[in-house]
Amino acid sequence: MADVTQLIHEYLRHNKKFPHVFCPGCGHGIVLGSLIRSVHALQLPKDDVVVVAGIGCSGRMAVYVDFNTVHTTHGRALTFATGIKMANPRLKVICVMGDGDALSIGGNHLIHAARRNIGVTALVLNNMIYGMTGGQCSPATPQGNTSMTTPHGSLEQPFDAVELVSAAGANYVARGTSFHANMLDRLITDAIQHPGFSMVEALSPCPTQYGRKNKFRDAVSMYEWLKKNTVKLENRKEDDTRIPIGVFRALDRPGLEDRYAELKASLRAKGRA
Amino acid sequence: MPNMNTRRKRVEVFAQGNEAIAEGALLAGCSFFGGYPITPSTEIMEVMSQRLPPSEDGVFIQMEDEIASMGAIIGASLAGRKAMTATSGPGFSLMQEHIGYACMVEAPLVVVNVMRGGPSTGLPTSPAQGDVQMARWGTHGDHSIIVLSASTVQECLEMTVVAFNMAEKYRTPVILLVDEVTAHTREKITIPYRDELEILSRVTPTVPPEWFKPFAEATRAVPAMAPIGSGYRIHVTGLTHDQMGFPTSRPDEVNEAMKRMFRKIDQFYGDIMMVDEFMTDDAEVAVLAYGSVARSARYAVEQARARGVKAGLLTLKTLFPFPRPAVEKLCRRCKHVLVPEMNMGQISREVKRVNNGYTRVRTLNRVDGQIITPSEILKAIL
Ligand SMILES: Cc1ncc(C[n+]2csc(CCOP(=O)(O)OP(=O)(O)O)c2C)c(N)n1
Ligand code: SF4
Repeated sequence: MADVTQLIHEYLRHNKKFPHVFCPGCGHGIVLGSLIRSVHALQLPKDDVVVVAGIGCSGRMAVYVDFNTVHTTHGRALTFATGIKMANPRLKVICVMGDGDALSIGGNHLIHAARRNIGVTALVLNNMIYGMTGGQCSPATPQGNTSMTTPHGSLEQPFDAVELVSAAGANYVARGTSFHANMLDRLITDAIQHPGFSMVEALSPCPTQYGRKNKFRDAVSMYEWLKKNTVKLENRKEDDTRIPIGVFRALDRPGLEDRYAELKASLRAKGRA
Repeated sequence: MPNMNTRRKRVEVFAQGNEAIAEGALLAGCSFFGGYPITPSTEIMEVMSQRLPPSEDGVFIQMEDEIASMGAIIGASLAGRKAMTATSGPGFSLMQEHIGYACMVEAPLVVVNVMRGGPSTGLPTSPAQGDVQMARWGTHGDHSIIVLSASTVQECLEMTVVAFNMAEKYRTPVILLVDEVTAHTREKITIPYRDELEILSRVTPTVPPEWFKPFAEATRAVPAMAPIGSGYRIHVTGLTHDQMGFPTSRPDEVNEAMKRMFRKIDQFYGDIMMVDEFMTDDAEVAVLAYGSVARSARYAVEQARARGVKAGLLTLKTLFPFPRPAVEKLCRRCKHVLVPEMNMGQISREVKRVNNGYTRVRTLNRVDGQIITPSEILKAIL
């Protein structure tokens, strides 16, 4: 417990904007904890870490953590992150986005950041709903589920963020959950260390909006659902219909900023400078 | 602008407006370009893609769209770079949400909009001046902003340098509006040496990080700006924020923040408003124009003088804040003023506002993708 208190003091802006906005039982707080533990484990200097967030409950994280933080526009966090990383490749840029942020309004930016393989770590907090705007359907809402804008059940198929980002060309792609907190710590630590674009999707319960609409008794039952309905990749059998979690892809190709630095060096060598 | 006393022989080149803009940006110290191609602005991006990668710390990146381009240059600006993008009508529309964001977080940057006929995809390769009011009011919410224009290729270079200087000085996005004629006209220009130019850069904090208030009232109402990664560890948000940069909705803090952002530009009208006067001293008829139309107008004014009509030309180099003092002076004195423009009356609207009953404001508008010729203007003067 003492450790936790210490981390809170070290990494949260405790004198600033508290109490926070997260509802009791919200998975976002657990992901925030994982992010802080990962940065701590890696001993990254706070001044070298930039947290760039979109808009949504998830995006509020940027206000609370004591790094360089940029709270951007809905869906566009990755575009700002790209500019920051290319402007100063020394910085560790971590992008925090909701599923609406990353997969809907920012879907184009997500696939292009992956394709470019820019050295940014994307945390996609997937609560399968729009939390902040009051529980509307998102591109991650499971088919048939109800929301404020799918009162008769959603007809559309959800995105699989892991498949999408892998296909687009990211170096590192993983999925964890707020239930598996230790594993999430490892995935985020791993992702931050990896060169190129890394994405960790974190399934993160929203008891207030998603839970209420989809007949979850309470927050606890949502975590129980996560436990029951996910399976670690290595334990997965062929006919398993549960959601796989773990590391799906881990390549070591250089990030865009490194390729750019190489280009600069070669132009110099050719006397083009 | 360039100091004429220099003894070195300056470089003269035959260039197009778009190339001159890129040249001006590089001279001003632009080291980051993010963009998405669109006619008739593309050459700016092409030149930057050639020139930035081999330069000292230059970064060029082609983004997936204009929204991303603006996001990237705001990010780069926050990280301490002088950053720019260039676009035309439809791309400029897409940039608006982020232009508002840049105003709110006071990110210095330059957006060049080479206007084409609109609305929508309109006339991609024809000249127009239809984005004037959009450059001022395109975003949601209240904010001030600086909008500049250029009417010759040489001015494209010079006004780009001015745009960067003003962006850095006032911590604000600056929009440079050019029309297709100016952007694609080729003419001989002189490239000044960098040390002949006054190049301004944003003020960075000198106090220790614990004392730093990133959005506090400072000299000229413009807060010092610490680049991300320089140890000042700040929070930047598009939400209305207090002096520390954290979201607030307390009426007194909101009011103070908004008023300061207006004030930092409002109190320097004299520095920001740039006009060129040609034969206005004794003018009885004044033409007010900007962009390529100002060149037609200049010729028309000369012709009118040759016929004994006391005509003069006021070329607007700053469009917003609208150069009220210069315009008002002419309105008070002239028998009539004429505002020719390649739109349905976006600047004449401002002139009428300023005129306040002093004189007759006449308009000459074309929206058919054709330039306004000297003879048309001459006819309207006589
Ligand atoms: C351009 C734009 N469109 C819409 C919104 C309104 N909006 C704010 S948050 C949000 C969705 C949030 O959902 P998600 O990204 O999944 O994050 P969560 O709140 O669930 O963590 C929307 C639509 C906005 N701020 N900007
Ligand atoms: S609305 Fe949902 S996502 Fe937002 S804080 Fe509450 S529980 Fe979390």
